[in-house]
Amino acid sequence: MENPVEEIQTPIRLDYQYTAGEATARFLRGLKQGRILGQRCPSCRNVIVPARGACARCGVATKEEVELPDVGTVTTFCVVHIPVPGSAVKPPFVCATIKLDGADIGLFHLVGGIPPDQVRAGMRVKAQWKPREEWDYTLENILYFTPMDEPDVELDDPRSSAHA
Amino acid sequence: MVPPPEEMLSAGYALEYTYTRSVGPAIGRFLTGLRERRIEGVVGSDGRVIVPPTGYDPQTGETLENFVEVGSAGVVTTWAWVSEPRSNQPLQHPFAWALIKLDGADTALLHAVDAGDESRMSTGMRVRARWREETTGHIRDLACFEPEAA
Repeated sequence: MENPVEEIQTPIRLDYQYTAGEATARFLRGLKQGRILGQRCPSCRNVIVPARGACARCGVATKEEVELPDVGTVTTFCVVHIPVPGSAVKPPFVCATIKLDGADIGLFHLVGGIPPDQVRAGMRVKAQWKPREEWDYTLENILYFTPMDEPDVELDDPRSSAHA
Repeated sequence: MVPPPEEMLSAGYALEYTYTRSVGPAIGRFLTGLRERRIEGVVGSDGRVIVPPTGYDPQTGETLENFVEVGSAGVVTTWAWVSEPRSNQPLQHPFAWALIKLDGADTALLHAVDAGDESRMSTGMRVRARWREETTGHIRDLACFEPEAA
């Protein structure tokens, strides 16, 4: 038999309608205006971003809103070499956890404007926003975080970062 | 004054994965046959013809390699009506999922039957394959089955 079939494409697709809850909606509305909003836990005082309406550490509701700057420090990162199907981002690219100044939890985003092999934990970065007229209810308003002209910082031992 | 309630934020979210599946020699043979508009099964240790073919005998576990062609028409052994098809299903109007025992086969194949209306479906009815115009070596080369005596 010529060219026997050896493999088949079997894509899987799930269509969801995602409804943002109160806390996430507040975060997304902030982004629409170019603001990054977090919340402070009344118990451990940690600032959580994006806020989920409760502190995962203490299990209590969070209400106090805290606006955060769009600058922070790369705490950990990963250089991605394999393309993500359907993604507009072409490899190699850098996924990173960025601890915004004043936040106690890292925000997951991209690092750009620098060759991937030069990204470092402890690097100071600033958000590169899309043009204002393109802002929507999404974290994609920030294209990526880009290096700042500042010296690297010493990363804290993660176990010492809690205020409690 | 109570501020007006804010509109709820809601958006579509598609989760999609691409998979390439290795089909193995038995299903590979079956799909290659479909590409040539031919349905093949395999003869089991008890002489029964299994369609689609399995690589190993269901009773003894021995490797099966005696592939045989079966008919492209057969009998519905059981079925379920789908009144609201989903976007990835073989037909975009109401149809039946059915187990179809093809002529010359001893097991039934699961496929769609385009009967138009549920009242035209019955266990024991005869159906025949409707082939897709372009075949690629996929179960969807069989577009569906349709009632034989229209």
